[in-house]
Amino acid sequence: MNIGLEHYLVVSALLFALGLTGVIVRRSLLVIYMSLELMLNAANLALVAFSRFTNNLDGQVFVFFIITVAAAEVSVGLALIVALCRKRQTAHIEDLRTLKL
Amino acid sequence: MNPEFLPWIVLFLPLCAAAVIALFTQRNRELSAALSIGAVVAGFILSVIFRSCVGWEPAARESATTWLSIGDFQVDFGLRFDPLSLMMLLLVTGVASVIHIYSWGYMKEDRSVPRYFACLSLFTFSMLGIVLANNFLQLFIFWELVGVSSYLLIGFWFERPAAADAGKKAFLTNRLGDFGFILGILLVWASLGSLNFGVLQENLAANPQALGALATTGGLLIFCGAMGKSAQFPLHVWLPDAMEGPTPVSALIHAATMVAAGVYMLCRVFFLLNIPGSTALAVVAWIGGFTALLSAVIAIQQNDIKRILAYSTLSQLGYMVMAVGLQGPVSAMYHLTTHAFFKALLFLGAGSVILAMHHEQDIWKMGGLRKKMPVTFWTFIVGTLALSGLPPFSGFYSKDSILAQAAEHQNWPLLILGIGVAALTPFYMFRLVCVAFLGSPKSDAVHHAQESPQGMLWPLRILATLSIIGGFIGIEQIYGKQFPGQHVEETVSFLQELTAPFVHAPLTAASSLLAVLLGLTAAWALYWKAAIDPLPAKLGALSRAMRNRFYFDELYEATVIRFHDLLAAMAGWFDRWIIAGVAVRGTHGTTELVGRALRLLQTGSLQTYAFLFAMGVALVLYLALK
Repeated sequence: MNIGLEHYLVVSALLFALGLTGVIVRRSLLVIYMSLELMLNAANLALVAFSRFTNNLDGQVFVFFIITVAAAEVSVGLALIVALCRKRQTAHIEDLRTLKL
Repeated sequence: MNPEFLPWIVLFLPLCAAAVIALFTQRNRELSAALSIGAVVAGFILSVIFRSCVGWEPAARESATTWLSIGDFQVDFGLRFDPLSLMMLLLVTGVASVIHIYSWGYMKEDRSVPRYFACLSLFTFSMLGIVLANNFLQLFIFWELVGVSSYLLIGFWFERPAAADAGKKAFLTNRLGDFGFILGILLVWASLGSLNFGVLQENLAANPQALGALATTGGLLIFCGAMGKSAQFPLHVWLPDAMEGPTPVSALIHAATMVAAGVYMLCRVFFLLNIPGSTALAVVAWIGGFTALLSAVIAIQQNDIKRILAYSTLSQLGYMVMAVGLQGPVSAMYHLTTHAFFKALLFLGAGSVILAMHHEQDIWKMGGLRKKMPVTFWTFIVGTLALSGLPPFSGFYSKDSILAQAAEHQNWPLLILGIGVAALTPFYMFRLVCVAFLGSPKSDAVHHAQESPQGMLWPLRILATLSIIGGFIGIEQIYGKQFPGQHVEETVSFLQELTAPFVHAPLTAASSLLAVLLGLTAAWALYWKAAIDPLPAKLGALSRAMRNRFYFDELYEATVIRFHDLLAAMAGWFDRWIIAGVAVRGTHGTTELVGRALRLLQTGSLQTYAFLFAMGVALVLYLALK
């Protein structure tokens, strides 16, 4: 079987949908966080696939940047979650609904 | 020094005095009074000097600077010098000086003396502005200033609701007339292209039909202003109520300022009224005549000493306005001048009585004051005789000049009306004198009455002298210079002056004299030693109507004021429910309602937001890629 660009893109779309569903339905902050990473990596996969199939390295360079930014984001995000847990004694999203008028 | 500078000083001295008193010397009674009195007396002296420098007919008729110019339209701020304004300048500063001096004696005990003098100075300033104004706009500004200062002074004792209401009434009634006045000014400006009196007169002389069909309308609109200020029917209702002010203020309003302003303005713009084909003057004459008769009749049954004088002022103003209407501005100004002397005298005399009686104003509670207050009594008698029009007192000559004017124009109804009023005048005045000064005391207060201090008596003496000699010191001749072509007595000797009316129009003079004697005798017969008023019993309902001023106030209450209230209520309803209710609250209510509804979307749950966000992106993508 010849594996083409469509296959990669389908996998990437599935990963992204999976990540989004996780963000929307899961309750634990940490899991939501992992789902977010899943979405980022879905995008990475699509970019790398495009890069490979068009013989252009721009997409791969882009992915490196995303990985770097994601690493930074994870460190800040985890720190925030730790701080939140210490303050509220919870990591459950239902307990955090003060963001409204 | 250029003498033209003097009138500017005369004009602004009282304003400076008012400003200094209001800003700096509020706490010092003596200093405030001295400033105010000093300003007006200095004004009088400077006016005399100016008059003797330039004569009655100065070569330079104006002294003006440009005040504002908008495109082609230019307004001057300037002073006009002609016999009319110069004589009025002397009259206003002179009578105001006397009244200022008297005021210090009268108001000494009042706690707001500085405020009183500040207002009085402002009043004098405004009146001088009217007298000296050389254009309509400036005249109108000072006209309104007179309105404001009269409001301040009539409502001087504002703690009393009656005084506060009277001030408001005077101001609003005047505003009503001023509305017509400003329309008239605009009309004149639109059709003649200038506001300057000199230019207007030249334009009209060059082209008498410049106003065309609008001549009558314009004349009547301008007369509206005079109707308010000079309290002519139907706007006469404010003047009697203005008696709530301090008595010297009444004297000032009734003698040289305010009410005189209306007649003065009519004479100032007489060339605008006296246009061939215009019927404005006929209306003016009849309104004047009717006011004269109406208020003389009302005066007969008034019991308040100041109200009797107020209605007599109305009646005399009616005479003056009638004279203007009969194309006799000279007679009108002549009567205005002599009237200023004896009406100021009468009011100041009444003030002296009121002070002695501890603010009792009912003449039926006085009586026998002749012995207690001899100077006041004798000067009051002089004023009464002058007002009644008995020769050789000044009132006779000026009043006769008006009646002769009516006879000359063969306006017999107005002549008979004038003679009738001439009979009523001595009747109500001698009723007042008999009841208040003669006879026996009618209350205990009379026994404690004392003659007023010299500071108040000297003004009375000065004014009494002027009231006696006013008829033969050539006042008419001065005004005659202003209006060439008017009949003026040409006299050379004193005796000729004295008998001039009998030579000029013997029948008129004799009949008016007869009328005066008739009125005098009737008053004497009815009120000599009367303890109560015999007229109510004899006249019944008529007397009641007179005492109630022919129910004009009630009539206005029921019609004008009712209508006005209705209009105000409707406007209030519209404002409350349509403007504030639907327009303002409606907008705000809708916005708030939508906002409250949208708030329900904000749950605070991050996941809802994320879900909505994803849906939104999906929607945008769908729309973009479709």
